[in-house]
Amino acid sequence: MRSPLKLAAGLLALGALLAFPLVFTLPFPRHVMIMIFLYAMLAQAWNILAGYCGQISLGHAVFFGAGAYTSTVLQMIWGLNQWVGLLAGVVLAVALSQVIGYPCFRLRGHYFAIATIAIGEIVQTLAINWDFIGGARGLTLPFQKDSLSAFQFHTSKYPYYYSVLGLLTLCLLVSWRIERTRLGYYLRAIREDSEAAASVGIPVARYKLIAMAVSAAFVAAGGTFYAQYVLYLDPDSVLPLSLSILVCVLGVVGGTGTLWGPLVGAALLIPLSEFTRIQFGGTGRAADLVIYGALLTGVAVFQPAGLVGIFTRWRGADGAPQG
Amino acid sequence: MALRRVEGITKRFGGLVANYRISFAVRPGEIVGLIGPNGAGKSTLFDVITGHYRPEAGDITFENHPLVGRRPDQVSRLGIGRTFQKLRPFHAMTVLENVTVAAMQHEVNPTAARREALRYLEFVELADKRDSFARHLSTGQRKRLELARAMATRPRLLLLDEVTGGVDQRTIPTLVQLIGRLREQGLTLVVIEHNMRVIMSIADRIVALHLGEVIADGPPSEVVKDRRLIEAYLGEAFTRASPER
Repeated sequence: MRSPLKLAAGLLALGALLAFPLVFTLPFPRHVMIMIFLYAMLAQAWNILAGYCGQISLGHAVFFGAGAYTSTVLQMIWGLNQWVGLLAGVVLAVALSQVIGYPCFRLRGHYFAIATIAIGEIVQTLAINWDFIGGARGLTLPFQKDSLSAFQFHTSKYPYYYSVLGLLTLCLLVSWRIERTRLGYYLRAIREDSEAAASVGIPVARYKLIAMAVSAAFVAAGGTFYAQYVLYLDPDSVLPLSLSILVCVLGVVGGTGTLWGPLVGAALLIPLSEFTRIQFGGTGRAADLVIYGALLTGVAVFQPAGLVGIFTRWRGADGAPQG
Repeated sequence: MALRRVEGITKRFGGLVANYRISFAVRPGEIVGLIGPNGAGKSTLFDVITGHYRPEAGDITFENHPLVGRRPDQVSRLGIGRTFQKLRPFHAMTVLENVTVAAMQHEVNPTAARREALRYLEFVELADKRDSFARHLSTGQRKRLELARAMATRPRLLLLDEVTGGVDQRTIPTLVQLIGRLREQGLTLVVIEHNMRVIMSIADRIVALHLGEVIADGPPSEVVKDRRLIEAYLGEAFTRASPER
């Protein structure tokens, strides 16, 4: 009985999300939803590495920037199509993830997190000083007519809405699938105790790299989407440490190592950020961070499993996939 | 023919020599007891055999495969399972998931792996706890869980580190029975154990370590008479109280 109910609820939610842009035609509510979907996708991608595998990365902005810059630079210099650029960005981000992960996975716990912060800062500094990709001034994407092939839509936001909803759905489906396969079991075992995991035959380093690759691929796709949506990028907007921390906060508040946690975190915190920005203007930037901090502290003290943990406890379920 | 041979293993941690020129062989189907006082180098030897530490000198072979230089996961895939002295279940996973992870070494399909894992849980009489989180188990239950997890990798050689350590007296016979049933299945076992009554009753052969060196190697009835072992570990009282096997 529970499964048909869950399916019905899921279909209802999906229907509501699909109908949203038809009901809310003003740009702002659509923009808020686009931001929720984008950051939920980024947080879920981060969750594949940090939540399931236990490798807390605070340098995921590197992959976001790789996706944003690759598609933009390829488009501006060689006139390559944005969709090809998206794929190239994903490939570059995956390659970068392996180059970063190979040495950094020798570090454990906080040391790994610190190393990813350092790499993120190095990459941002390099980008600021690299004129070929616009340096600190950034890049403004050439204006093109509305079309799916150009991935630019100026008359309405709804194509962006459905694009990023599709990206988020794909990320959730991949995560759902990971949870139910050997990869998911292995990642969780590595998170719990990497030495014990190795003792049952799990090649720990290889599976960490796989998790990092999947995670980086989705974040890079998000980066390309962001560049096409905003049509301007610079190191401060696509490579900042604050972005890496934000996706981490969304995951932690919602619940790491769960399918719905990052989405719940994004659905709660991203509107907060957007509304404070509207309410207080430029000076409102810090207001949302104060609330984030308070929420994060509250979650750490009262609900370490994240907000999703409340639901699993309420249902009396252990939250473990039984696929 | 020896299933496993350890030859001249030396492992140092800075100035501390944990294992010094340790050599012994294990034959198929045998239960070898590894005994010695705390700090003798028993668990370190397990870590060296299973690839967690790389020795400075010596060779280890298992079914003609050299083990030195292999990673722990590679050693496991060759057919060597182990449990840990300090128990290391996957705490935030259920009992069934703990064993399923290990079963997945040979069975990729999660449903089939779960089915196989359940068989091992039934073997260690823990099937009724399948949906409990590992962190909620008692020490004795965790010992059995680790045993089931190691067995799920389908090893031919099983290294058990302190099977009865930290469990109450009532649980010990259950664990001893389990080891007996493992032997019946044809598994070869190397068991680290401080409970001399237990190890003397289950082992075919005893290898005794002291300060990282082998000081005795032979059948239990002979080893208990070894003067160096009596002085280093057993004490005169044990020898007087020990019944003939």
